[in-house]
Formats: sequence, C-alpha cells, structure tokens
Amino acid sequence: MSPRDAGALGPARLDAPNSYIGRSVPRPNARRLAAGQARYVDDIQLPRLVHVVFVRSPHAHARIQAIDTAAATAAPGVVRVATGDMLAPYCSPWVGVLTHLRGLRSAPQVCLPIDRVLWQGQPVVAVVAHTLAQAQDAADRVEVSYEALPPLVDPEAALDPLAAVLHPDLGSNLAFERRIAVGDVDAAIANAAAVVERTFYFSRHTGVTLEPRAILADYHAADQSLVVYLSSQAPHMMQDLLAKHLDLAETQVRVLCHDVGGSFGVKIHVYPDEMAAAALSVMLRRPVKFVADRIESFVSDIHAREHRVRARMALSEEGHVTAIDVDGLTGVGPYSAYPRTSGVETNQVVNLIGAPYRVENYRARTRVVFQNKTMMSQYRAVGHPIACAVTEGLIDAAARELGIDVAEIRRRNLIADNSYPCASATGMRFERLSHEAALDKILTMMDYPALRADQADCRRKGIWRGIGLATFVEITNPSPAFYGAGGAHIAAQDGCTVRLDASGSVVAQISVTEQGQGTETMVAQVVATTFGVPIERVRVMTGDTDNTPYGGGTWASRATGIGGEAAVLAARALRDNVLVVAAAMLQAKSEDLDIRQGLIVDRAGASERLELAQLARTVYFRTDLLPQDLRPELVATRHFVPREFAFAFTNGVQASHLEVDPDTGFIKLLHHWVVEDCGTIINPMLVDEQIRGGVVQGLGGALYEECLYDAAGQMMNANMADYLVPMAGEMPDIDIGHVETPTRESTLGAKGVGEAGVAGAPAAVMNAINDALIPFGVELTTMPFTPQRILRALGRVAD
Amino acid sequence: MAALNLRLSAPEVLIDITGLSELAGIRVVGDRLRIGALARHREVEISDLVNRHTPLIAQAMPHVAHPAIRNRGTFGGSIAFADPCAELPACVIALGADIEIAGAAGRRRLGAQEFFTGVYETALQPGEVVTAVEVPMRAPGFHSAFAELARRHGDYAIIGLAAHGCCHSGRWRELRLAFFGAGPKPLRAVRAEARLVGGNLVAGAVAEAKSDLAEDLDPFDDVHATAATKLYLAGVLLERVVGTLVR
Amino acid sequence: MDHFVSVSMTVNDERIERRVEARTHLVDFLRAELGLLSARVGCEHGVCGACTVRVDGEIVRGCLTLAVQLAGARVETIEHLSETGEIADLQRAFYERNAVQCGYCTVGMLMTAAELVRTRPHADRAAIREYLSGNYCRCTGYQAIVDAVASVLEQRKQASL
Repeated sequence: MSPRDAGALGPARLDAPNSYIGRSVPRPNARRLAAGQARYVDDIQLPRLVHVVFVRSPHAHARIQAIDTAAATAAPGVVRVATGDMLAPYCSPWVGVLTHLRGLRSAPQVCLPIDRVLWQGQPVVAVVAHTLAQAQDAADRVEVSYEALPPLVDPEAALDPLAAVLHPDLGSNLAFERRIAVGDVDAAIANAAAVVERTFYFSRHTGVTLEPRAILADYHAADQSLVVYLSSQAPHMMQDLLAKHLDLAETQVRVLCHDVGGSFGVKIHVYPDEMAAAALSVMLRRPVKFVADRIESFVSDIHAREHRVRARMALSEEGHVTAIDVDGLTGVGPYSAYPRTSGVETNQVVNLIGAPYRVENYRARTRVVFQNKTMMSQYRAVGHPIACAVTEGLIDAAARELGIDVAEIRRRNLIADNSYPCASATGMRFERLSHEAALDKILTMMDYPALRADQADCRRKGIWRGIGLATFVEITNPSPAFYGAGGAHIAAQDGCTVRLDASGSVVAQISVTEQGQGTETMVAQVVATTFGVPIERVRVMTGDTDNTPYGGGTWASRATGIGGEAAVLAARALRDNVLVVAAAMLQAKSEDLDIRQGLIVDRAGASERLELAQLARTVYFRTDLLPQDLRPELVATRHFVPREFAFAFTNGVQASHLEVDPDTGFIKLLHHWVVEDCGTIINPMLVDEQIRGGVVQGLGGALYEECLYDAAGQMMNANMADYLVPMAGEMPDIDIGHVETPTRESTLGAKGVGEAGVAGAPAAVMNAINDALIPFGVELTTMPFTPQRILRALGRVAD
Repeated sequence: MAALNLRLSAPEVLIDITGLSELAGIRVVGDRLRIGALARHREVEISDLVNRHTPLIAQAMPHVAHPAIRNRGTFGGSIAFADPCAELPACVIALGADIEIAGAAGRRRLGAQEFFTGVYETALQPGEVVTAVEVPMRAPGFHSAFAELARRHGDYAIIGLAAHGCCHSGRWRELRLAFFGAGPKPLRAVRAEARLVGGNLVAGAVAEAKSDLAEDLDPFDDVHATAATKLYLAGVLLERVVGTLVR
Repeated sequence: MDHFVSVSMTVNDERIERRVEARTHLVDFLRAELGLLSARVGCEHGVCGACTVRVDGEIVRGCLTLAVQLAGARVETIEHLSETGEIADLQRAFYERNAVQCGYCTVGMLMTAAELVRTRPHADRAAIREYLSGNYCRCTGYQAIVDAVASVLEQRKQASL
C-alpha cells in the first residue's frame, strides 16, 4: 500500500473534525510527573539488591601496576570487589566501528581494564555492597597503583608523526578521515570576487542530564534471564548488545525503560560501567544497581562537539556563494564509542556545511583523533550546530565584507522553494524544503527593520546590540543507510501494535520511547485519530522489549516520523479489522461503516449503530454469535521504515537579538526566534517546547558550556558550580513559527524536530555578537563566547 | 555540606549548633546592629533593621545563592566559611564590622579585616565559633553600593565590590572599597581609597584609582577567568560603583 | 563512621522516629528510610535544585541538610502538597502549559514555585526567572515553566480581588 495517497488510505481522518492531529493536547503523563510520581531507575527496589560503585582512574593515561582490594573486600557490607580480570569472562569486548564510515578504526574496549587506563574517570574497579554508602566507603579503601604515562590532550599534537601512539596496533592516533571533493573549489576561489576565511573553535561539552545514568540489572540464575531497568532511549538495541556481550540469548534479556530523566543522546551509548553492572548481576546472581553521581557523570558521560574547523567561502560580487572549502579536526576519546562510533558527528559536520545554499564547488577534509579524555559520541543535534555555525558565520562575514545585508545575502543564496527535489553538493537528497518561506516568516516575526533601527539608535547612545540569523538543514527520520548499513544492530524501522480490549479501550504498544518529549502523547493522538476513539481511551506502552514490537527507539528526531507512522498504519489496520466484524454483526458492508468517538456509525449519515465495547465483548466472549467463517482479529501490528529518502531533511531559521557590554564582556540575550518546518505537526505545543528546550541547550554551548582540560588530561570543571549550564535567569523568551511542508513518504507527513533548536542557536548567537561588535572591528569565532573571550577580542584584557 | 557529600571532607565529629538560640536574632545594640551567627540569610534579607541600618547588606542579599539556600544558610556560616568569592565577608569589611568569637578560652572580638586570612581560612582557632557580627549602623551622609559580576544569577561572583562611604561638597570624606573574588580573601583597595578620599570627584581620579588596583588586589587564575581579566573587571566595577555612590 | 543518632520529626503530617547515620542527608533519608521517592538527587552539591523540599514551611536543599539536624522539624514533600491541594493550581498550570518534560526537575521546580507565589505575589516574568534560577532544567528551556508560574500568579491575583 503506497503511503502518501489520501484516497487509498481512506479516511485516516487526519483532518477530520475529531482529529487530534495538530492539537495541543497536554501530556497525560505530565500529571503523574507533576505529582512526584515518576519512576526512574533509582526508584526501583528489588529483593537482595546491591549497589555498585566504581573506583575510577585519576590519570588520563597510565599503566595499572597493581590493584589491592583486600581492605575494601573486608569493609562492612561488601559483597564483591571486582577487577577487570574477574569480569572478563562475563563480558566480551567491543569495538566502535561501522563499515560505512570507511577507514574508521578503534581498539577493543572492555568494561574494566586490566593493563592500562586511558582517560581520567575510566572505571577501574567495581565495589559491590549492600548499601550505597557502604560501597562508597569501601571504594575509598581500594588501592590502585599507577605508572603515569604522557596523555594526548591536543588533537593537533596527537597527529604529529612523533607523538606517542595510543593504540600501537593502529599505527597512528588518527581514528577516521573523510574527504569530499565536488566541482573545482580552487578555480572558484581563484575567480571569486570575495573570499572569507575563518577558523572556528567549538568547545567540548556534555549533556548534563538531570537524572544521571542509571541501570538496575537483575539476573535470575534459575532461568538464566536478565531483566535490565535502564535509563535509555533504545531498549531493543541494548537488549541485543547485552545479549551479545554477556553471552545470553536475546530472548533471555528484557530491557525496560520507564521514566527517563533526560537523555539528549547521552543515554544511547554503551558505557563500560553499565556493562560492568550487568555483568556483575550475572556473576552475583542478584540485582545490581548503578547510578552515576554528578561528579562521575561529568567524566564518564559522553562528551561531544570538540571541533576546530578552518573554512573558506568564495563568493561572486553579488554575494553568490561559489565554493566552500573546509578542514575539520575533532578530538574524541581513547576509543570510538559503541555502537554508534565517534565518527558520526564530524561526518555530519562536513555533510551539512552549506546545506541551505546552492553551492556547486565543495571540498572538505575532516579528521577524528584519539585523545586521553572522556569518550565522545552523539549528543543532541549531532554535528548540526557546528555545520550551521561554520556556514552561517562565513556567510555573515561575507555579507560584512561585501556590504550586503545579512538577510539579503541569504535570500540570494538559499535553495529556492520551487527547486525540489534536489541534492546538495555532498549528495544529500532533499525532498522539499522551505528556506525562503521560513526566512520571510522570521523576518516578519522579529520585525527585522525595527530591530535594525533600534540597533542604530542604541549605537548612538553607546548601547551595543546585535542581530544574528542562522539558517540550517536538519537530519531526521534516518533510514537504514544511517547505521544498519554499517553493520550496527540499530533498527531504522519501528513497529506499533494496536489492540482493542474487551471494554472498548485501546492499547498501543510501540517501539519508540519517551524521555519527556511527548512520544506517548503523540502516539495516543495518532492512534485515537486514526482508529476513531476519544484520546482518553488510548493507553500507550513503550520502553519494554517484552511488550512492544522490535524497533529503534527514539533518537535522531525519528519518533514521530517513523514511530508515528507505524502507529497510523497499525490503527488503520485495526480499524479495518473492526469494521469487518461490525459489518458481520450489523449485516452491512464494512465500507459503509466508520468508527467515530468510540462508536460504529454509518459513514454516510453518521447514525450510531454499535458501541465498540459491545463489539469487543462479542468477539472476546460471544464468538458463538459471529459467522463461522469470520476470523476476528482485534489487534494489528504494523511497521514503518523510510525507504525513498535516506533522511527526512527539515529546514529552519533562527534569530538572536542580544546586547553586548563591551566593558564587562557580558552578554544579555534579549530575545530569540525560530521558524521551523518539520512537516505535519501532530502536537504544536509539544513541538514548540522541544524547540525551546533545544534552543536553550544550544545557547548553553554558545555562551557557557565547556569541558576544560589541563595539560595532564584532568577535567578541571567537573561539577555544577564550574561547568555552567543555562539557568532561567539568563535565558530569553523564544518565539516560534512554522512552515509545514509534509513529507510524501508517509501518511502523516511528519518529519522530525527534536534537535532543531540546538542546531541553529549557537550560530544565531555568534552572528548576533559579531553584528553587535561591528563598530569595534572585532569578530569572535571561538565558543563559548565567555566574557573573557570578548574582552580579549576587544583588547581590554591581554591574552 | 557539599564537601561532605562529595567526600572532600570527612570529619569524625559534627556538632549541630542550631539549638543555640542566643546565637540567633538581629537587634540593635547601641550604635551597632548585632546580627547573630545563626541568623538565616532569609531573615537578614527581609529584615527591616538591616534594610534601614546596614543597607549594604540588604543590597548584597539577593545575590547570595538562591532562596532555598538562603532559607537555611546562616550569616555566621557564610562569614566563617570565608569563601573568597562570597558577598558577605566583603560587606562586613566595607562596613567596618567586628566579628564576635567564643571559645573555651572565652570571648573575643576581631575586626572583620583581621578575621579573614585566606582561602576558606579565618582567624578562628580550633574550638572557636563565630557568635555574632556587630555592624556599625549607617551614619547620616553615608551611602553604600554593591555590584558583582557573575555568569549566572546566584553563582559565586567572578568579582564583586561592596562599597560604603560619604561624599560631601564634591569630596569624599570616607570611602571603603571591599572587593571579593579578587584574592584569597576579601581585600580593601586601600590605595584606590586613598587616591579618591580627599581628592575631588573627578573622572581622572577614578582612572588613577583603577590603576592602583593592580597593587591593592591579588586575584588568581581560575576556570572562569584569569587574574588579568579579574583585575580589569575590578576596575570596571570600581568605576561603576563609585559612580553610583556619587549619585 | 557509622554512628547512629535518633531523630524524630514530622514528615507529611506523620510522626517519624528513626535511627540514622549522622552523615545521611535529608534526601537519602526520605528516599531510603521513608520511601518518599519524589525527593531526588541531581548533584549533591546544592546547585541543581532537584532536591528541593520543604522544612518548617520553607524550601531547602535536601542534599545540604542532614536528617539528624531536623529534630522536631516539619518536613513536607510534594506527596503532601499534592494531597492537600495546596499546589493544585501550579500542577494544573504545569500540565496545561507543558512545563513538564522528563519530570526530573519538576518536583523541585514546583516546590520553589510554591514558595515564590506565596512570598512574591507580584513577581513579574523577570522576577520569576530570577527566583527559579536555582533550579536546573535541561528539557524545557524554562519558558513554559515561567509561563505556568505567571499564569498562577495572575489567577491568584484575580481570585483575591
């Protein structure tokens, strides 16, 4: 059945009077959360549960000489003190590579090391005790002696041929290199009227999920089954990997993700401490709980975004971009992360630079280098903020040089709204985007001319305000080309089972998951609309490998586009099934019937014929009343995977209005705007709140967040007083508008939106700061834009 | 408490002094305002007496952490903790307060400036506690001004200035400038003060006073800012705060 | 190190008597001893606000308060505030305005917001933002929370007219 075919799908009723599509339905689960009745992993109690605490390496790079666990083992309440050699038989190593990231190398990683530690914070010894306090007390008594080795803390230095090689078998510290060459960049640069060149630095930062990473692994020896309560986005992926590395059958492993207190990509990777906790449960044959504390979260959660990008943009006299030339370098951890690797971020950076614009000549080289720092991998909007900042920073610089207004130069370069389908220079196929419409809309929303007039007025009074724009393309709804094709057991498809119960209520079990964005609500809206019941009758179940179809989970902004579509298809199939039964019961034709508001009605006249509950009871308890040859199925499962386009690309534009105090270097964010096109919007309120949350996360990266390392590879600000996350006092109000260009790949037409806010915010702020500082003749390209950096750029403070 | 949670300190014995009611309360004693060591920040924040008689402290209070912390944190606790980036130690120095101390050997008083000796270090001997802070009440003609630069509201300041003084007929009669975040302890900018006191209220004097800060202050590098940046920002605060006081 | 101290207090209107290790902070006490799981740990150094609970009518950082310090104190968690209906309008506003996403900061936010609406009935948006500056949220970006609190302030103002 072809997807986007309004006639074929019959009344999916996406725009019918009782449709929930496009309605700002509040989240049913918000009530429970607002009453303090959330259930995170740490809230779960099981009999004989023990706590594990990890002794972590204080060194960035060192040989382990000896580990003395005697005193710890004798400490009160201690059940086991485990070292790498003890866990090795229980958990096999892993290597974070994917075949389609050609050339990506890494070394095998184990949960607890035996010979060597490779980052400050790496777990080395596991201490298991009856209470958390006892485990922590005992951990203080573990003695590990190390021989410190020189750490790699600078990516450029790590590439030096004379630098020590972290993994001798690999020959160098280069984990991955990718080159792109399209057209003739050198010719374009030679013939250009203007060439702008900049070097952008992006700080390493981390997710700081308010609920730290947590796992409760419960192994039952009697039936060799493992139940894992995990704060995670991808239960099926973890089921597969736990089974694989703990040498269990997939069917023996159940992964449950109840309430997750924030993830943003942090909780989608394999972590050695979590694997160790699971292995310990198998070893000890009892429940083992690990909850990271905040300090260890900073040095053990994945980091992201440490990038240096040198880039050039060539333009014609009218300001048309003719070429972009990019050289990127990123420092990751000592291993490539697993299973999603540490190479995807930079891959997306070079894929997305220039994406909103018509660029015929593009060249990029990017390299990924091992470091003795915390592991690095996908974090919300993977690579997008970097690609957007490079592109938008260059185009603003070009605008200044050529004397063209920043909105105007974008108008001249954005891919026209009537150009689709088309492909970018890097080969990304765009179904249909709406850059021009979005730009027009945001300029109206922000009253761009009024802001410029205000800026001029303020300058006369010695107040320095800036306006920054940032257009971007976002990758959503990835197809199997993203991970599966590279050999990872990461599903690009998701499934939904919809069932009508005897009381007439509907249960939807779906493989995409909820971390607070509203997945469960979206699914309820879609199912209620498509099937034909009030939303209160729909219960959604997620996050349980035993009770949902097999799927990918929530990440890369895919839950609505892919999971939502599976829900539509399943609900439609169930509706068809129900109408077949109804037709038999009512002596009518199923095509003449419909389900509305929980009632079987005549499609034409809408007169009520039968209650759903009555139909259900008949099927379940009085099948004797139905024709003998009728096979009622009040349950339907459907899966969905995008096939035609590798990704559902979306587009958006952001604007920042801020004020710079050149005396203190402090920035006041006055306001922020976003216009986003994510196709069909299921729940406007939830979509807008995802955008807002993403914007503030992006503002954090632009102004505050930075993992600071010293020359010894020690993270210097691994606490919440020194690693600065955005708080309410400094954040602006954010106005949001939309353009809706549905995708034709699915019935719903929904693309993804969860990461859009993060993608464009840092670029918008950077451009606004540099716009504000035009009268001072300075420009900044290093994030975060701290007061000190601004003061140094202004020459108020020496470096 | 944070240090306990993070296992940065593990004392054998902790003594809870909350029950010592004689250490609570805010009251006028002669020409001083006596703030008990156990007066909660919240109490000080809303105190009419503080607002009237020691307005500098009232100006500083909204910058002290956040409401939930101010509900439990105590005035004496902040003084005894002596964080170099904290607001209240600088305020009590700017106001010329005395710190009242009690120990096994008896009671003693120490001028605020002598009390703070280094990073988290005070003149308290083992077995001693701060019992009260006695702050001279604002005299006619005196005004105070407070400013701090913090990345986020409620954070420890990168740098801050608590100022108290009296200017009359175009001249400073008295001026006390206590910086925090500018060294291992709050520091009086004595040369800058001297430069300004007795001189006319001219812009040039402020510019010169700013350059005095290089000798008056002793900031160190940290993850948020270098010493050079802090010194520069101290000058900016000096200019702004003095400007406020003059008005 | 494991010296136990007897302490008795009232928690959510119930008299509680326990022997606890002196070093146990209030959140660990509420969670482990009393099963009040709404009290949360986010950083244990007083910065994130997830641990905010009410003691003697005022919000405090549960992670910076030792249980043994609360002899005779009246402790309230959100379970109690929900039951009495004291914050029903705040909870409804949070629900309607989607000021809740993952929920981890929500309890601390609501406790803080409850004190705000009680002590600063005329707070404007800037004052609301400033007051909530001690509660970290990574999901919402704060605007929906500010909106929800502002709407309750307005409702209460109208109701008192």
